[in-house]
Amino acid sequence: MTADTNTIARDGGKTVTDAGSLVPPDARALNRMTVSLLSQPVNLGLARVAVAAFFSQLDLMLSELEEIKVAVSEAVSNAILHGYRREPDGWITVSAAIYPETMEIVVEDRGEGFDGEPRPPAGDGEEEGFGMGFALMRSFMDEVVLVSKPGQGTQVTMRKKARVPAPAHPSAGTC
Amino acid sequence: MILQLEENGSSLVARLAGEIDLQVADRLRSALDGALGEKPVRHLVLDLSGVSLIDSSGLGVILGRYRHLLQRGGRISLVGMRPLVKRVMELSGLLTIMREYASEGEALAGPE
Repeated sequence: MTADTNTIARDGGKTVTDAGSLVPPDARALNRMTVSLLSQPVNLGLARVAVAAFFSQLDLMLSELEEIKVAVSEAVSNAILHGYRREPDGWITVSAAIYPETMEIVVEDRGEGFDGEPRPPAGDGEEEGFGMGFALMRSFMDEVVLVSKPGQGTQVTMRKKARVPAPAHPSAGTC
Repeated sequence: MILQLEENGSSLVARLAGEIDLQVADRLRSALDGALGEKPVRHLVLDLSGVSLIDSSGLGVILGRYRHLLQRGGRISLVGMRPLVKRVMELSGLLTIMREYASEGEALAGPE
C-alpha cells in the first residue's frame, strides 16, 4: 500500500485493513470472473445477478446469495453516485473470486475518489440513504476494505467466509 | 419495479414489487410524493410483499417519506416484508420507527 493511498478501516469487528485479511496475499483463486459496466443505475441488476450467478457454484444458502446481492448493489451504487457523480459513462469493474475458504468481491471505479471520509454528494438534497450502504455491506460481509485515491478512483473489496469444496486436483489444470 | 397506489380515507396504500434500488428510487420517490402531496394523507401503508430486494437507495426513499409524514403528524406502516427485506430494514433501524402489520387490513385498522 503506497503512502498516498487512503485506506479507511471501519470498526465494529467486521472491517479490517489489508492486514489480517481473510485472503493471504499469495493465495491463488480457485475461480474468478470480471464484468465491466457503465455507471448507469440500469446496470445494477446485471452486477447483482452476475455475482450471484458466479457464487451459485458454491453451496450457499439462498439468504446468503441475497445478502451478497445487496452488498454488490451498495458498492456499485456508491461508484455511480459518489465515484462518477451520476455521470453515465464511467467504467465500473465488478470482480468476484473464490478462494479455498473465502468469497471475494471487488468493485472498482475510476472516478473522483476521496480523501478521508467518503462524503455525500452535493446537489439533490435527499440523500437519506447515505451511510446506510456501508452499514449494510459491513453487516452482510465479513470484511470490507475501502481504498480510495483522489482523482483516481475507489476500490471496495468485500470478503465473506465460505465453505468452498477443495478442488479435485489443486495443482493440476491447464488454465 | 411495479407500484400500485390505492387511497383509503386518510391512508394511502402503496403496493411495491420488484427490486427497489437506485434504478427505481427517483421514480418511486416522485410517485409517492405525488400521491402524498395531493391529498391530506397521514398514513402510508407500504405493502412490500412483492419486493425481492431493497438497498440503501430504496431505504432512503422510505425514510424521506417518513420524515415528510412525521412533520404532518403522520406515519408509515409496513406489510409483507420477505426475510431479506425485513433484515435490511432492521439493520438500517427503520423497523424501530415504523410498525409492521400482518396485513394491509390490520395496518389500516391499526392504532393512530
